[in-house]
Amino acid sequence: MAQYQPFVPQYQNLFTQVQVVAPLHDGPPLPTEYETRGRVFGATLSYWLGVIGNAQIGPIYLGTLGILSLFCGVVAFQIIGWNMLASVNYSPLEFLRQLPWLALEPPPPGYGLRIPPLNQGGWWLMTGFFLTASLLLWWARMYRRARQLGMGTHVAWAFMAAIWLYLVLGFFRPILMGSWGEAVPFGIFPHLDWTAAFSLRYGNLFYNPFHMLSIVFLYGATLLFAMHGATILAVTRYGGEREIEQIVDRGTASERAALFWRWTMGFNATMESIHRWAWWFAVLCPLTGGIGILLTGTVVDNWYLWAVKHGVAPAYPAVYVPAVDPASLIGVKP
Amino acid sequence: MSRVWKLPKLMAAVAAAALLAGCERPPVEVVQSGFRGTGMEQVVNPRRLVDQTYLNVLPERLDPASPDGPKAKDVYQNVKVLGDLSVGEFTRLMVAMNSWVAPKEGPNAACLYCHTNNFAEDTKYQKVVARKMIQMTRDINSNWKQHVADTGVTCWTCHRGQPVPTNVWFAPAPQKHATRMLGDKAEQNTPAASVGLSSLPYDPFGPYLEQARPIRVIGDTALPTGNRASTKQTEFTYGLMMHMSTALGVNCTYCHNTRAMAEWSQSPPQRATAWHGIRMARALNTEYMTPLTDVFPAQSRGPTGDVPKLNCATCHQGAYKPMYGQSMLKDHPELVGGGRPAAAAAPAAAPAAAFPATLFFAVGSAALDGEDLQVVNQIAAAMRGDPAVKVSISGFHSAAGDLAQNQELAKNRAFAVRGALIASGIAEDRLVLEKPAQTEANVSGEDPRSRRVDVAAR
Repeated sequence: MAQYQPFVPQYQNLFTQVQVVAPLHDGPPLPTEYETRGRVFGATLSYWLGVIGNAQIGPIYLGTLGILSLFCGVVAFQIIGWNMLASVNYSPLEFLRQLPWLALEPPPPGYGLRIPPLNQGGWWLMTGFFLTASLLLWWARMYRRARQLGMGTHVAWAFMAAIWLYLVLGFFRPILMGSWGEAVPFGIFPHLDWTAAFSLRYGNLFYNPFHMLSIVFLYGATLLFAMHGATILAVTRYGGEREIEQIVDRGTASERAALFWRWTMGFNATMESIHRWAWWFAVLCPLTGGIGILLTGTVVDNWYLWAVKHGVAPAYPAVYVPAVDPASLIGVKP
Repeated sequence: MSRVWKLPKLMAAVAAAALLAGCERPPVEVVQSGFRGTGMEQVVNPRRLVDQTYLNVLPERLDPASPDGPKAKDVYQNVKVLGDLSVGEFTRLMVAMNSWVAPKEGPNAACLYCHTNNFAEDTKYQKVVARKMIQMTRDINSNWKQHVADTGVTCWTCHRGQPVPTNVWFAPAPQKHATRMLGDKAEQNTPAASVGLSSLPYDPFGPYLEQARPIRVIGDTALPTGNRASTKQTEFTYGLMMHMSTALGVNCTYCHNTRAMAEWSQSPPQRATAWHGIRMARALNTEYMTPLTDVFPAQSRGPTGDVPKLNCATCHQGAYKPMYGQSMLKDHPELVGGGRPAAAAAPAAAPAAAFPATLFFAVGSAALDGEDLQVVNQIAAAMRGDPAVKVSISGFHSAAGDLAQNQELAKNRAFAVRGALIASGIAEDRLVLEKPAQTEANVSGEDPRSRRVDVAAR
């Protein structure tokens, strides 16, 4: 007869408390050609990974697309890295010290869309080519891996949404503006300073409605993720983590979770639809953001004035005596 | 288990410490300067202000000297600028200059920092520079009042007891090995103090405080109408703004309403002062510093052989006003006058048509629009044409809304007109403010005609 076990709330920990060590698992049975071709690494177990996820690493599938993608990515990474290193005269110490400031800059605006000399943005253009190739190849790899496992291609299309924003920033918009110099530098602080300068130049990006939408979806996605994660953890004691089964065969966990949200806000997503909510919010974030960037400078030059024109930006009461543009006054030194 | 967790915990602690190392310790003080909810506020770290106090202490002032007696030009030789002072005043200024600029030379050798034993000689470059700097100081105090007001400047404002002011700038050395095939920094992406340790272009001074490259990059229409300023150009302007912010110890909102950086009608009045400051720094660099290039010895010049030049930090040194606005000029009236002849006055427009003038305002606003500025310019032209005329400025408000708030608004409207006239070069004592008045016989409340400022000749 089973002995009485006092209740121990193990699931309330951030980390997985119990790791079941089992024989390595190769996944579901597949046609042999998919199972063996391209597999370069076997599988192994890692305690540390097991703390935050599945302890099993691999098997990794590295076909032609994967190898080409990694190659292009490494080329882009090397061009950026060597340019950064050269910019501090190959001093490893300065490289470490200045790393967050260092960058590979796009060409000066004067070159327009022509191919500039290597050290005047030529490397930047080349990096853009290889990085884009790497991302698109990786996208194709994701698409094919999903198809060959008999899955849907949702992950690939979500990734494509991010690639869209990347291409708008570094490719589509610079072409529409007629200057590679409009693109983003590759660098940690420099790309952030570029972002701030971009918003300043175009009269405050916060008044760009697509930027607003993008922020809604960004924060919305994190909120949904937190709500969903918390809900599932909260009903784990009733088997709530078996979400996929509960989509078609909802048990007491699902029903409790649903009732909880109906009690608190009157409405609940289902075990299936919550994942559609999350997917669309995540995908719409870069999608709308990309539209907002694409319109900036090409269609709208000053988002603040645009917002005033369309009744978005309110007027506030004057608290201080506003300044007068001295350049508009006669008798002022130019 | 506990041994397994030790390493990650230690790593987390080290990472947190490294991340916070660049931060200032709280608490900071926040002072609201604009309408609630608009983020118009100044953030001040009181501990850093305490650290700065020593910088803003005035030197001991000297007793005034008698203006009587023989003039300096009649007693001494080779006195080119201050010849009309009495010998007493002249000597007093020399003593003061010594304590302002070269106190470490000691009282005996003090004069010899600039002079040789023959005091009339111009052999030391320091003396040639000092003369030029006196001319510059007098020019600033006479012709740049839109920036320095009546507070003015003296040698101390920049020098603070140093032969070379602490904050000067040189054109930066070209990047080493920049001609190589890779590694061009494009004059940015370096932790440079000149732009507040950001990765922005680190020489915003050459383009804006020496040359007169356009600083304004933001378009003034909602849709594109030909503004070709690039994002990279914006980074240069941004760099200059970072310098100004650091030099004055203020944040962006000191001069800008950050929701609309370009809008003058929403900017605090300091922005106009700063605008004149940029022009002043540029003029001083080109008119006084650059011409001294051959006077300075090679070791005092920059990596590209240029003279030390000035920017906002040269005077301000971290304070929103140098020495928090304490004036030393009142003790040294000899530092006013001279300088360039005033710019040839514009041909006098017909003054009669300008008065009385009325300027209308939008609801709840004290901002002058384009039409108002035309009126201001007409008034200013008329006042320049007739130096004797004084005007009265009265602000009005409509009857709708809260009375106290409206009276404040009417006052601000009058202040805005007065500020624009002062900025146009009209002396403040010719502009008389009249008490804000509610429009009579306006019972229906909101009436566009009552949101106005009247300007009349007195």
